[in-house]
Parts: sequence; C-alpha cells; structure tokens
Amino acid sequence: MTETLQPSPVRKPSRFGALTRIAKYTAVRLVTLLFTVVVGVYLTIMIANMGGYVDEIRRGEIGEKIQMLALTDKTIKNLPPEARAKRLADLIRLEEKRYGLDRPFVVRSFSYLADGLTLNLGRSQNMTSDSGSRQVRLILLERLPSTLILFGTSNLFLFFLSLFWGLSLSRQYGSFWDKLVIALSPLSAAPGWFYGIFLIVLFAAYWKILPFGGMVSSPPPAEPLTYFLSMLVHMILPVLAITLSSIFISTFADRTFFLIYSSEDYVEMAKAKGLEAKDIERKYILRPTLPNIITNFALLLIGLWTGAPIFETIFNWPGLGRVTFQAVGLYDTPVIVASTVLFAYLLAITVFLLDFIYALVDPRVKIGGGEGKAS
Amino acid sequence: MKTIKRTFAELAQYPSAVLGLVIIAVFVVISIYAVIAIPYQKAVDLWRGGERIWYKTPKMVPPTWVNLFRAEKLPDTFSLNTLDDASTKQATPSGDGQKITITLDFDYNYDSFPQELSLYFTSTFAQKAPFVSAVWVAPDGRQTRLVDYALQSPKQTFRFSQDKKLVTRLFGKLPQEALFAVPKSDPLTPLKGKYQIQLQVTTFEKDSTVDVEFVQYGQVYGMAGTDHQRRDLSIALLWGMPVALSFGLIAALGTSLAAMVIAAFGAWYGGWIDELIQRITEVNLVLPFLPILIMIGTFYDRSIVTILTATILLSIFGGSIKGYRAIFLQVREMPYIEAARAYGAGDARIILRYLLPRIIPLLIPALVTGIPGYVFLEASLAVLGLGDPVLPTWGKIIQDAEFNGALFNGLYYWILEPAALLMITGLAFSMLGFSLDRIFNPRLRGL
Repeated sequence: MTETLQPSPVRKPSRFGALTRIAKYTAVRLVTLLFTVVVGVYLTIMIANMGGYVDEIRRGEIGEKIQMLALTDKTIKNLPPEARAKRLADLIRLEEKRYGLDRPFVVRSFSYLADGLTLNLGRSQNMTSDSGSRQVRLILLERLPSTLILFGTSNLFLFFLSLFWGLSLSRQYGSFWDKLVIALSPLSAAPGWFYGIFLIVLFAAYWKILPFGGMVSSPPPAEPLTYFLSMLVHMILPVLAITLSSIFISTFADRTFFLIYSSEDYVEMAKAKGLEAKDIERKYILRPTLPNIITNFALLLIGLWTGAPIFETIFNWPGLGRVTFQAVGLYDTPVIVASTVLFAYLLAITVFLLDFIYALVDPRVKIGGGEGKAS
Repeated sequence: MKTIKRTFAELAQYPSAVLGLVIIAVFVVISIYAVIAIPYQKAVDLWRGGERIWYKTPKMVPPTWVNLFRAEKLPDTFSLNTLDDASTKQATPSGDGQKITITLDFDYNYDSFPQELSLYFTSTFAQKAPFVSAVWVAPDGRQTRLVDYALQSPKQTFRFSQDKKLVTRLFGKLPQEALFAVPKSDPLTPLKGKYQIQLQVTTFEKDSTVDVEFVQYGQVYGMAGTDHQRRDLSIALLWGMPVALSFGLIAALGTSLAAMVIAAFGAWYGGWIDELIQRITEVNLVLPFLPILIMIGTFYDRSIVTILTATILLSIFGGSIKGYRAIFLQVREMPYIEAARAYGAGDARIILRYLLPRIIPLLIPALVTGIPGYVFLEASLAVLGLGDPVLPTWGKIIQDAEFNGALFNGLYYWILEPAALLMITGLAFSMLGFSLDRIFNPRLRGL
C-alpha cells in the first residue's frame, strides 16, 4: 500500500499510457486484495473449527442430547428396542445433517468459505437473535446499531477533538497545554474498558449518579424521546472511557504530525515570502497532511464494525463484539465467519479506495506509479 | 557500552523516564521476591486450595490498612490456637482421662462487629468422645454460655452464628454482635476491652487430646483483603506481577525482534520472499485478532504459554513490519553496505551485522512502549474468562470481582487493587518508552 505513495517520476506519460497503467494497477490490486480476503477468511474458518475438531465436540453434544431425549420422550421410550434404536439413529443422523456433519469437514470448510465470500450468511447453528431468528444476517444486524451508535459517537468525537486540539497545540508549541498533553500521553497505555471500571466505580457505584451499564434503562421507555434520553445517559460513561483512554495519545500524535509538516522547507519558504499565516496553514501544512488524515479516518470507520468484546462486557452493552464472543463460546461457525467476512471486505474495499483517494487529494501520488519500484 | 551510558545520561534528564525506571525496578524486585517466597507450585496450590486452606480468613473483606482512613475502626481478623501457645492449656488427671482448662485471651478495641466467630476443635480419641463446654467472658465480667457438647468427630467446628441455642440465649441477636455489645445498647455498640473464652474439656481416655482454635473473622484482612473464596488477594497481586511483566516483556520482545529480522530478510533478498512477507502481512490485517485469541482460549487451551505464543504469532506480521521494511530499503542502498559487499561479506553477515543494528535505536522505544499493550491484553482476556486456568493473575482478580458484583456491593478494593497495579505498570513502561522515543528518534527530538 505504501509503495504507491512514492512520488512519480518527472517525465510526463501519455494519456493512453496512464489509462492502461491505472487499469493494470486496479486489476492487480483487486486480485491481491481478493486473495488476501480469501486466505484470511479461510484461516479463520480453520481456526474456528479447530481444523475439524469442533465436529467431534458437536457429535458428542448431539449424542448426549439424543440420549437425554430417549430417556425423557415417552413416544421413544415406549417403542420396542429395535425400533427405538433405529429411531435414535435416525434422530442422530438428522441432527448431524442439520449441522452439516454428514459431509467431510474439508468439503464443508470450502462451502463455508464460498457462502461467506458471496455474503450468503445463512443460518446460525445455535445462536438466535433477540427476536428469536436464526438468520445470521439478523443476528448481526440487530446488534449493529448499538455498536455503531456507541463506537461511532465516541470515535468520531475522539477523532475530531484530537485533530483540532493537536492542530491548536502545534501552533502553540511549548505552551503549558502542550506540555500537559505530552505528560499525560502515557495514560493511553490502558485500554478503554480499564478506564470504564474506574468510571463505573466513581459515577455508578460511589456517587450513584449514572447507570452501571446497559444501553437503556429497564424496562425500556416507551416514548421515543425518553428512550433517546435514557440511551444518552447510558452512553456518557462508555464514551468518556473511550475518550480518556485515547485522547492524549492521539492529540499528541496529531500535534507531532502537524509539527513535522510545519517544519518542512517549503513552509519556511512560504514564511520567508511573507504569506499570511492562515494561508500557510491551509495550503502548505494541512493540504499535505490530508492523505494521512483520510487514512486514519477510514480505518476508524471500518474499525467500528468489529465492536469490542471486553468493553461491551464491562458496560453490558449489547454490541457486535459480544455477539462474536458468544458465537465463539457456542462454536457457531457461521456467525464467526460472517463477522470476519464483513470486516475483511470492508477493510479490502477501504484499502482499495484509499489508493484512489490519495491520488485525488495529493497531486504527488500517481496510481500505479510505484509499480516499477526498486525492490 | 558508551551508547548505553549516554542513553542513561540523557534519560536522567526526563523526570518521567526516571520515575518509570524506578517503578519498573521496584516491580522487578517484587516479582523476584514473589517467585522466591511463594514458589510456583505453592502459589497454584494456595490459589486453588479452597476452604481447606482458607478457613481462617473472612469472606470478601477489604485490607487492614483501610482502618488508617477510617474514624470507626473495623475489627481485624486473627486466630488463637492452643497448639501455638501451650500456656493457654492446663490439664489435671481425672479418672482415665484429663480435665483440661483452656483460656483464650484477646483484646477488642474496634468500633464495629466481626463477620463471624468460630471455634475449631481437633481431638483424638478411640471410643469415648471428649466433652467440651465453653463460656464467653466480657470485659465487665458478664459470662455467656457458648456451648456444651461431646465432640462427635476428630475435627469439629462450632460456628457462633449458626448455633440456634446460642442465638436464642442472646435473644435472637447475632452472636458475633451481641457477645461484643454494651448491654442494652440500641443500636448495638461494641464494648472495648479484654475478652476471654474459657473452655472446660473432659477427656475419658488415656491418650485422648483436644486442641482448639478460635478464629475471629474480622471486617478487614491482611495487606490486600480477601475474595469470595476467602482467598488472600495479596498472593494473586504478588504473583500477578511476574506474570504480567514477563508476559508483556516476552510478547513485546518476541514480536518486535521477529518482525525486525523478517523485515530485514525481506528487504535484503527482495523478490518473492519480500512479496510473500507482504502478502502475509495483508492477510494478517484481515484476521480478527481478538476473536482469534478468544477462539484459541475457548477451543484449545487457556494456559498463558499458549496465549502468549498465539499473541506473538499474530502480532509479528503487524503494522511495524512495514515500517521496518521501509527503513531497511533505504539502508540497503547506503554506501557502507556496498563497501561490505565489496569486501565479500555474505548475505547473513550483512543482514545481522550491518542491517539489523541500524534499526535498534528505533526498536527499543517501540518495544518498551509496546509492553503495556500486551500486559493489558492478558488482563483483557482474563476479564473475558479466558485467563490462565491455574495461575493467579491481575486480570483474573478483576474478572472474579466483576463476576461477583464487587462494584454493586461496594467492594471497591477488590477491583481497584489489581487495576491500580496494572495502571502503574502500564504508566511506567509508557513513560520510559516515550522518553526513549524522544532520545532515539531525532525527528522528535526538538518537538
């Protein structure tokens, strides 16, 4: 990805050459990205099934379940021994078929892969959505809004706050606030859930002014407005926790980043020419930083789709992270594969688009320009 | 050597780096002490011992030092055993056996009542069980009959609060409160002073012996308090330290060294090797890191070594490998490499002696700054219930506390102690790492 960022050679290629170059580059890029997604997803499938060992666990579970049924179900119990054995064997075969155990794992692993890649998410094996559906799509969709609301709000807030704060600190380099942010940046060593615990201790357990966790109060308010307000109150602590855990390091990073760009020679040159400070900042400092900011923003957006199992556990937030966690606990391959595939596709698409966006915002970058690289 | 000295001299100019170093040094010393004082097997046995080992500790109480911050002192936990102090026992022969008088003295100077009181009898007899009668003597001389019975088994426990007769004798009040209370006080207030438990034991056989242990389960215990299984948290806090430090250090070291070497090989040989490394890095980016660790913990094995190995393997082909590669690509073209080639140095020699050393100044800050991430990763997995099944770790304390509703019940010490230690560890390494970054990274020096 980075190699495409190399400045293009000075010679001016023909328009036709540029088009074939772009087409060739796009094709190569698409193939490699697809390859990446396929391999990544297949690896996940293998891990999620322990290379087929989960089948054994499943068979054991089914056997146990049918045995239990044989002991409790009167219609089976009253059958003559031979018919009962046949009936039980049938039940086991049926149940194994439901899980797909009648086919060898290798074959099944490829059908998981094909289904996943074609976004034919299918049905889960054990999990149900809160509304009782077995559709993987519904299980994920049901949790998506809550994850997007929480992590979207906090990460966007964090992103813009640190960006503007970093910019303002880079202007007043060496000031009290600048030094404070530098001094506080090691605080970001701890993850969000960790600050969550402290905040819960203070605000929920000790002062009792904010809820311990959850998304809305229980029972959920019927009116949309009160529902919204209740959710807002429940979001205060999680958003605060995420902000606390990252704000200083990201502000520090943004500030350093802007400072590095504002010490470039062309900025000095612009200052020497006597350009206005506002113009210097906009045209000479901010413009070249745009690709990086866009990358960070894009990665932030796709990062939202994974949820955060631990954070959601601490705050009892019904998000995607906990769905994945539950799916792992239930050996529910279709759900695990679905969430991996979605993330892999989003990442691949973002990475692919970023190359073009770079070329649009940064005239120094040329699509496919780095292909003839030295290595 | 010179560079190390110079680095330290420069580090001394950053107060945060000095603080970080001091904390790390202290923690390392404590870790070594912990491993020596409580060997691995002992720590595991203690932590998984259950009520058999932890019968002398109260359930879920804060550490003793909370009394320093309280006007009303909470009662401490202690035990008196006739085996430890023989002077408490006086025996006179009577018939085939003995008459034994046991007096247990203790001071009570607290402003509230203990959680529970118990007497543990240990006796040896063949046929006829010894007979025990116990009396409680308050500082003002009031006597309360506790129990009169024949010991039914060699090990017998008398729990004050669970004895219906005693509760009736105390007019339905909890024994551990009523026995210490000022008479007719309402609400009950404790009477301070010297208390005594007098036991009259009669044995009926020649070799029959009786020993008794009195345990006052206070409302505070030890340096760190106890958890829901009455375990002393200080063991887990102490043992969590070497676990956290070594997990963080090994993971950070393993990851960055491997990433560095792989990047160097890729950049030096180029071609398909480089291409392969790049593809693996991209595939690794797609793999969901945390879910995979959760899967490994759930399906395969939760032991810390497995998780550590998986963490390192998944992190090697991370973002850092691209950064290292870019630097190696630049270094590769430098004249001194060409000189090395000219004198006939082999590939391995150039990579190990000329390429790798160039990147160490960048590697060290990244390594140190990376440690807290791994320390917290271990804790995170433990919080999800995927901690090592036998070892006591900080994350497992937090998980126990979360699971048992420590925050709802106001048992803040339970969660705050491991959390504070985690935080201090994380801060120490990142303060040091940030300063190292500024020393080694000339781009940041002026900033």
